[in-house]
Amino acid sequence: MEAVKSFYDTPVPARFTGMLSWLITLDHKRIGLMYLFAILFWFLLAVLLGGAIRLELMFPGENIMHADLYNSAFTLHGVIMIFLFIIPALPAVFGNFFLPIHIGADDVYFPKLNLLSWYLYMTGGVIAIVSLFSDGFPDTGWTFYVPFSISTNTNVSTAVFAAFILGFSSMLTGLNFITTIHKMRVKTMGWLQMPLFTWSLYATSWVQLLATPVIAITLVLVMVERFFNVGLFDPARGGDPILYQHLFWIYSHPAVYIMILPGMGVISEIIPVFARKSIFGYKAIVASSMAIAIAGSLVWAHHMYTSGMSDTAVFVFSLLTFVVAIPSAIKVFSWVATLYKGAIQMTPPLFLSLCFIYLFSVGGLTGLVLGAAGANIHVHDTHFVVAHFHFTMFGGTGFAFFAALHYWWPKMFGRMYDFKKAYAAAILVTAGFMLHYVPMFVLGLQGMPRRYYDYLPQYAAGNFFAGFGAMFMILGIGLMMVNLFLSFRRAQISDPDPWGGVTLEWTVPSPPPVHNFVTDPDVLDYPYDFSGVVAGAVNKSRRT
Amino acid sequence: MAPLDPSGKKMGMWLFLYTEIILFGGLFVLYAVYFARYTPDFIDGAALLDRGFGIVNTVILLVSSFFVAAGITAVRKGHTRIVLAGLWGALACGAIFLVNKYVEWGHKFENGIYPGSETLVDSPGGLNLFFGLYYVITGLHGLHILIGMSLLAVCLVLVYRRKITAQQDALLENSGLYWHLVDLIWIFIFPLFYLVV
Repeated sequence: MEAVKSFYDTPVPARFTGMLSWLITLDHKRIGLMYLFAILFWFLLAVLLGGAIRLELMFPGENIMHADLYNSAFTLHGVIMIFLFIIPALPAVFGNFFLPIHIGADDVYFPKLNLLSWYLYMTGGVIAIVSLFSDGFPDTGWTFYVPFSISTNTNVSTAVFAAFILGFSSMLTGLNFITTIHKMRVKTMGWLQMPLFTWSLYATSWVQLLATPVIAITLVLVMVERFFNVGLFDPARGGDPILYQHLFWIYSHPAVYIMILPGMGVISEIIPVFARKSIFGYKAIVASSMAIAIAGSLVWAHHMYTSGMSDTAVFVFSLLTFVVAIPSAIKVFSWVATLYKGAIQMTPPLFLSLCFIYLFSVGGLTGLVLGAAGANIHVHDTHFVVAHFHFTMFGGTGFAFFAALHYWWPKMFGRMYDFKKAYAAAILVTAGFMLHYVPMFVLGLQGMPRRYYDYLPQYAAGNFFAGFGAMFMILGIGLMMVNLFLSFRRAQISDPDPWGGVTLEWTVPSPPPVHNFVTDPDVLDYPYDFSGVVAGAVNKSRRT
Repeated sequence: MAPLDPSGKKMGMWLFLYTEIILFGGLFVLYAVYFARYTPDFIDGAALLDRGFGIVNTVILLVSSFFVAAGITAVRKGHTRIVLAGLWGALACGAIFLVNKYVEWGHKFENGIYPGSETLVDSPGGLNLFFGLYYVITGLHGLHILIGMSLLAVCLVLVYRRKITAQQDALLENSGLYWHLVDLIWIFIFPLFYLVV
């Protein structure tokens, strides 16, 4: 391809250089990268916090921190992972960078709003740090349940305000993406010619719009209660604390689909590329994304079976929970069917995607155990729940994030990383992951509650293994990051399409020029048509 | 690259308005649940509110919406003076609304009815919730009136500077949409608090 200046060399607006060319940029690619580095910082911080929690639990009694600090540590781990990492990770980083390219546009519809979202994200993060150093970080858990969140002396208001700001950032990103997809697709691209990652972002954005205002008002109410003592959730004054839980989960359950849907989109991109085969069930995957977005908004009370609800409500929410498993399963079957009889080329992104499919399936199936009202009573608020959501959130979204990093790294930075180290890291992370979370399933079934600082002697073995696995996992994550960043010492790659992908980002130079497309985007009739790649050249498929 | 499709700005605004509805929706859910549980207390609470203030404020907001709508029609036709009159009118209405609200709240405060007051803490739970919701919902609504007025004020300045014209009226239209939504939310608040019998 002819030499084109990449977006790194052409700031937008053009009059700024150096740091300013990043801090006041309107270029979606630069904003995506700014998100990437902020998000990686939070992710690694929260990983270390999680490691500290596991280290504390590795042996009975007090090991490395006292009980109050432990309460703050798991709250901080949860708040950072959820609000600062998983929710924004895929949409804000890869969505920002690739959504406009995927639909043949040169930016999002509202570039200024996009930059504002980044600043809101950073403000939320800074406020979260501030709350650490004022009156002590909240010890409520990330759920901020009343009445404790209203009565505790720690700095809940500041942390809640941080989450409120982050909610705004996420909502505005969703608004931006929906408008962009509707109004900026190239004329030649119909709805069913969009890549599946774009489709998943579209579904995600609707959930962000649908649900985030509910958490906003809920968090505002926590602050109002703390400052003005209205008593809206105080039983002594007529209020009902269960209503808080309903409002909280009306957002926070759909939020798990905000987290996982883009991850599913990433996997739907990667699998067909390395199977050199058109994705199985394109329309079914599109429909299931939208179905998850809709049905996922109606299952919130399955977090509350033991909180006090009518049997009818429990039955309905249990049923809906089972219903929402169907579209997720459709996706899993479609990915597996895509691999079947494909010309599979193993690469680190594909390897991570396969790990995703396995881990996510385990997470999904154990979710059904929790969704069944009877079984739920037995394992409610135990380590089983912790293991389940880490399998979906980390084994799912986290691994999709890793896969996306490895898949799009050469496009974003124009460098290729070392495959051997990438495989080693992926194996370490996955093996550590299994050793970390599988014992937690067992612990949960044995009855060990979540969030407890100490435990009975019979839980010692499981906790020891889990802590052991956690250390492996953290090592693996460290190796993965080091390997990715070592790629900057390698030579620039010249091939715009190192993987043999066919979506539009692989038709532009790596890294892309500031307006994304050198020539008018050439949209395929069908977004996963690999006939050109397969016929192209065999030598193209063997490249490091 | 094809030029931006200008209708996207309006679409973004509609999506945003949707989030505002959900924001207030959370509070209306609380209202619905507590109303069902404490209907008699809510009726007692409504009797303590001054219906006159509520009616006047409703009329004021409806008139202000007319001013904004007239302004938007005028900007399309290029009648700048009518636009300016409409915006000034709407801003005046918003200000009168807030003054009314201030007087109304102040009166309640004098009678010892405010969040956490002894009168409310000692009164039945339903009454406490009624006034709790009253302050939270009308307070949040008042905040939205302030935001709406700021938007309209920005538009006013831009009309003076000829930055908002018949060809370039997206900001005014979006601010108008926002103002109508704030008005619409009041149309729901008014019967829920003042007309419960």
